[in-house]
Amino acid sequence: MAKDSNFSFDASTDFAAIEQRLGVSRRTFLKFCTGVAASFGLGTKAAFAMAEAIANPAKRPPVIWLHGQECTGPTESLLRSEQPTFEHLILDLISLDYHQTLDAGAGHRVEAVKREAMEKYKGKYLLVVEGAIPLAQNGIFCKIGGQTMMDATREAAENAAAIVAFGSCASWGGVQSAAPNPTGATGAPQFLKGKTVVTIPGCPPNPANFLGTVLYFVTYGKLPPIDDKGRPKWAYSRLIHENCYRRPHFDAGRFATQFGDEGHRQGWCLYKLGCKGPETYNNCPSLEYNNVGGGVWPIGVGHPCFGCSEQGTGFNKPMFSLAEVKTHTPPNAFPNIADRQNPTSSTVVAAAAVAGAAVGAFLGATAVAGKKLDGKQAEASQSADKGA
Amino acid sequence: MDRRNFFKASLGATVASAAALASSSVQARPNLEPAPDAVGMLFDATLCVGCKACVTKCKQVNGMPPVPMGGDVHADFALDLSAQTLNVIKVHAEGKGAVKDVLVDGFSFEKRSCMHCVDPGCVSVCPVKALKRHPGTGIVSYDVDACIGCRTCMTGCPYNVPQYDYNNALGKIHKCQMCNQKGVERIDQGMMTGCAEACPTGATLFGTRAALLEEAKRRLALKPGQVYNYPRGDVRKPDSFHEKAVPEYQRTVWGEKEAGGTNVMHLSSIPYDKLGMPPLGERSFASISEGVQGTVYNYMALPAIALGGLTWLVRRNIEGGHDEGGKQ
Repeated sequence: MAKDSNFSFDASTDFAAIEQRLGVSRRTFLKFCTGVAASFGLGTKAAFAMAEAIANPAKRPPVIWLHGQECTGPTESLLRSEQPTFEHLILDLISLDYHQTLDAGAGHRVEAVKREAMEKYKGKYLLVVEGAIPLAQNGIFCKIGGQTMMDATREAAENAAAIVAFGSCASWGGVQSAAPNPTGATGAPQFLKGKTVVTIPGCPPNPANFLGTVLYFVTYGKLPPIDDKGRPKWAYSRLIHENCYRRPHFDAGRFATQFGDEGHRQGWCLYKLGCKGPETYNNCPSLEYNNVGGGVWPIGVGHPCFGCSEQGTGFNKPMFSLAEVKTHTPPNAFPNIADRQNPTSSTVVAAAAVAGAAVGAFLGATAVAGKKLDGKQAEASQSADKGA
Repeated sequence: MDRRNFFKASLGATVASAAALASSSVQARPNLEPAPDAVGMLFDATLCVGCKACVTKCKQVNGMPPVPMGGDVHADFALDLSAQTLNVIKVHAEGKGAVKDVLVDGFSFEKRSCMHCVDPGCVSVCPVKALKRHPGTGIVSYDVDACIGCRTCMTGCPYNVPQYDYNNALGKIHKCQMCNQKGVERIDQGMMTGCAEACPTGATLFGTRAALLEEAKRRLALKPGQVYNYPRGDVRKPDSFHEKAVPEYQRTVWGEKEAGGTNVMHLSSIPYDKLGMPPLGERSFASISEGVQGTVYNYMALPAIALGGLTWLVRRNIEGGHDEGGKQ
């Protein structure tokens, strides 16, 4: 396999094998890798690196996948992912050693496999946490195989190479962490203090954001750059409001005020209906959802953004309450209080120049006329003198 | 009367009239009272999200083009009120300017448009009565046919509101007429102002001055942090409400009393002078200046005295000249 720094393929890269294994043509395969790399804002080199990483099954990282308090929404959305499809993910990209929803086996056998894998791949496996971790009453509200989610998470996180919290529940607690939170539901980063946890919030999260992060890990052996809440910057660095295609309506003051009213039918801004786009960081406007196409994501289908991925917004603020507008991005520029419109614009200067020129010409003409008159008078007086 | 006596008499008269002037200027007319059905607006800076929907709507109602910046004609970059901008959202930012409605390292939005003074200076100074305060609604309107373009109103306004169209050879004064000017007449039709209608948060609220003042005082009476149902649109019949925690307001409503009060009132979390409000007492400028002017020209007394003095001076000089001439 190619190991040089510019990620080119050497002759030994067996595309025929990949084609057979993935069931896609080499062209489609490279297109997919380029697409994923592009979604990171990375170049072609990275695409080739990803292609190589995928083509090399030896690099498949083992994955331990835990479920806590949740609806299995993240897994469900991942099952319907197309780029790549889920079977390609688990058969070719990662080695899914333990997943409570998808494991064919059951009971103590599966638990034994989990422990084996954790021992065998110590410090190498990827831990994916899905669902919140209840802390109240020593975590008795969520148990698997007699083990609380608290203990399972702590144990699995101990020797994980990287930890990914998938979904809002795992990222910050999700719906069950909303008041009064009787079970003490907590997100993985808050529970695993001191450990780096990449969060992929969303309810359900966009599988593209998860896949992109995992592919980055598979390719480079490290996690992508993340923000202070553990979110990959490539996916969560911008407010939905910034990239929303209804934004021009917001700037022009065209708001839908009721579901089904004229403005709503015209596709106007949903801010007045409680859209949380101005306070939610996610890439929904550019990715939409699960490649369904046709503008399929909440705002695209006419519902205000619920802020599902934003801690303190989704499940915490009333659905139709007004959002705070957190940042002001162009074209909204605000003049300072002290700013004054300069009235002497170029046209005024030009007008003044024209007026000045006219006055000047008039004065000049008067002076010339006066001179001429003087001359004539002088002539007249001269001739009169002569006559005399 | 000899020369000495005439001088004494005229001096006495001047002193007496000056004393009368001094005493009567103290008793100048009081501030005007708000119009009986005064309509106005309440701008709550803490609710403004800076969407500038009001600016866009205002331009649409008044048929004014946006102020472009460079080649970008799709957005409005107006810096201040002008002949083509009757309403503008400005910002006061300090330090990092990160947190809204906070003074230190924070920012606040501010809406600039005509305040529709209860006792308007522009109306008082206009020599041809082109600017008028409507006797019923209190709206300060402008009659383009009467205007002579002297721009005295611009100096008479403490808020720097009336703007002259310098780019036009036959320039006019431009100011907000609360969407009730000829051809628009939204208020007469029972509608609200464009900016209040467009505002998504109720930061600009329309209503009668009395109802708005009541609403503003209700907000000041609430405890910061308490959730309040903020109305949107017309305060008397809001089209909808939205819940929001009450911020820490400044303790006064700008426009309740400032320079005789205004029909467009402001609420803010940061001091009003930071938002560009001038230092104003409770007396309106119009009442002071009209008092002085009214006294000076009362029964044409002062001009008559001045004429008397001048006549005397001229007469003295002429007499003096004759005397000198006689002696020669």
